[in-house]
Amino acid sequence: MQLNATDYLIFDEESGTYIENPEQVVRDDVEKHHWLNVLKTVLKDWRLYLMLVPMLLVFLLWRYFPMYELLGCFKVTDEVKPVAEQFFSGFSYFKQLLVGAGTLTTEFWRAFRNTFLLSFYGLCFGFPMPIIIALFFNEIRSNILRSTYQVMTYLPKFMSTVVMTSLVMMLVKQGSLTSGTGILSQLLVQLGLISGDTAYAGLMNDPNFFRAIYQISGIWEGAGYDSIVFFAAIIAISPTSYEAAQIDGAGKMSQMRYVVLPCILSTIVIMLITRIGSLLNIGYEKVLLLYNPNTYVTADVVSTFANRYGITGTMKGLASAAEMMNNVIGMLLVIGANTISRKASDVSLY
Amino acid sequence: MKRKLEISELIFKIISYTLLTIFAVCCLYPFLYAISASISGRHAVEYNDLILFPKDIQFDAFSKMFNDNMFWNAYTNTLFITFYGTIWALFTSIFGAYALSKKRLLFRKGFNFFLVFTMWFSAGLVPQYLNYLDTKRVFNAVGIMDDKWLVVIAMGMAAMNIILLRNSFEGVPSEIEEAAIVDGATEMQVLWRVYIPMSKSIIATVALFFGISRWNGYFWARQMISNSNEHPLQVFIRLKLEQYTDPEQMAAWNEAYASDSVIYALIVCSIVPILIIYPFIQKYFAKGVNVGGVKE
Repeated sequence: MQLNATDYLIFDEESGTYIENPEQVVRDDVEKHHWLNVLKTVLKDWRLYLMLVPMLLVFLLWRYFPMYELLGCFKVTDEVKPVAEQFFSGFSYFKQLLVGAGTLTTEFWRAFRNTFLLSFYGLCFGFPMPIIIALFFNEIRSNILRSTYQVMTYLPKFMSTVVMTSLVMMLVKQGSLTSGTGILSQLLVQLGLISGDTAYAGLMNDPNFFRAIYQISGIWEGAGYDSIVFFAAIIAISPTSYEAAQIDGAGKMSQMRYVVLPCILSTIVIMLITRIGSLLNIGYEKVLLLYNPNTYVTADVVSTFANRYGITGTMKGLASAAEMMNNVIGMLLVIGANTISRKASDVSLY
Repeated sequence: MKRKLEISELIFKIISYTLLTIFAVCCLYPFLYAISASISGRHAVEYNDLILFPKDIQFDAFSKMFNDNMFWNAYTNTLFITFYGTIWALFTSIFGAYALSKKRLLFRKGFNFFLVFTMWFSAGLVPQYLNYLDTKRVFNAVGIMDDKWLVVIAMGMAAMNIILLRNSFEGVPSEIEEAAIVDGATEMQVLWRVYIPMSKSIIATVALFFGISRWNGYFWARQMISNSNEHPLQVFIRLKLEQYTDPEQMAAWNEAYASDSVIYALIVCSIVPILIIYPFIQKYFAKGVNVGGVKE
């Protein structure tokens, strides 16, 4: 264990002197008498430790036990082999997924690519939107008008995924003998963006449109709400900065470039890093609700792949292996992003 | 120089007002359309005869739903899950966060890591599913046959919310706590009389996060609740959507209103409670976002 000076002494601002770190007092105490004393400290403070119990139990039972069961998923039940070998036989799933020759391998790679692409397009199109909206909010001087706009744009965030996807599906629904297409499809046809036949077949059934629908509904849902954090950064800028820029003859664009942008850059960087960190953690619920067999080509992500084969189907080991690879890479991305963030801006996200 | 400045500012202002108005209208329009479509006549809905205002007003789609016992069941179930789920999550989180905020807690770093690790890595859907199945079996064995309790107790904890609470508790000045201890307060009283009142707004925010996620929960509720009488509203809506957008099933539809109107009516019913409390809770949401950047 690496110890720093602050582990022993901390600066007390009130008295202006250094005082002993209470954590170190306990540590010294424990070190002197070892485990018996640990027990004593715990017993003395039993109420505090009792308070911790429900939370630890919930996390242990329903977050960590699945991780243990993850190992069980790789076991090929074969009673002849010893336990150790049973575990290792699980690696055949990884082999089958990564370098196999069947349809499963192609489907896995497709799912992995889709996961990455959906996130990546979200980063390209979804990420700048809240910043732009926050800049626009800043232009509105009337408080009432701005609050109205904010209420309107935050609203979709409060809708459940089910309601949101239901609305999307109804707005672009396919036509049939008895009824026309959804109103949004009709609008797009009238604008000449899609052909009447495509609209009639249903945009939800066309793999070419899935990514667009996913991103646009994502912006509809989240852009207003996500702008809160950027807006907070913008209104924190002192008015004197603008005045100074104006006196120096800066136009609106120059003010944006030389005043606003540098001031909110750190917020942007932090949000961007968080976004990159969660590049592989795609919300499976939304994809699951929006996709159908016709759009698997572009819509199937690793979680839905696992859902299809592991929960609906019976290939539990294979599905777990696929998702585990995804999640491990995802975890490395999060940790990497966090490290970079700490190095770059002294802000650690966790 | 002065003149040019005003023009560039004016142009930017006009652009931002216009685009913001367009965006705000786009955000709101689907909901307004859903309301109109739920009370419009069959022809108007099926052939997109209505753009914004309802035509041939009928309320049969709503009355069909209100007469459906399953709908009220689903609503009650959602309220049940939201209410008890939020209370349970708050109970565990507040106690846990309080203990974690104490510097004198042994293995504090270890406990923190225990929480944070679940944000980095999750076992995935399949092991989670098997785990919930096992839990369900245990629950049934001890006599809890209602799967709603499984959803309430086993699901919906979020490490992020606990960390938000912990950070807020850490910000409470220790002098106040010491004063309370000198006055003879027990650990519970310190928490109840000092910490909770002093972090009211963050607790409200966290309660809101839990509540909304419970109200909106869908996937696991659908997977785990086997009795359709116990389905929450989101599952009910989805099942209805699947049924009502299936052209084969709907070919024989011969009511005076469109089958789509029923779906729209359902959507309206599920968002009305949120719309009612929305103005009151909106500020807490904004707060939650701004305290989101946390440090360990």
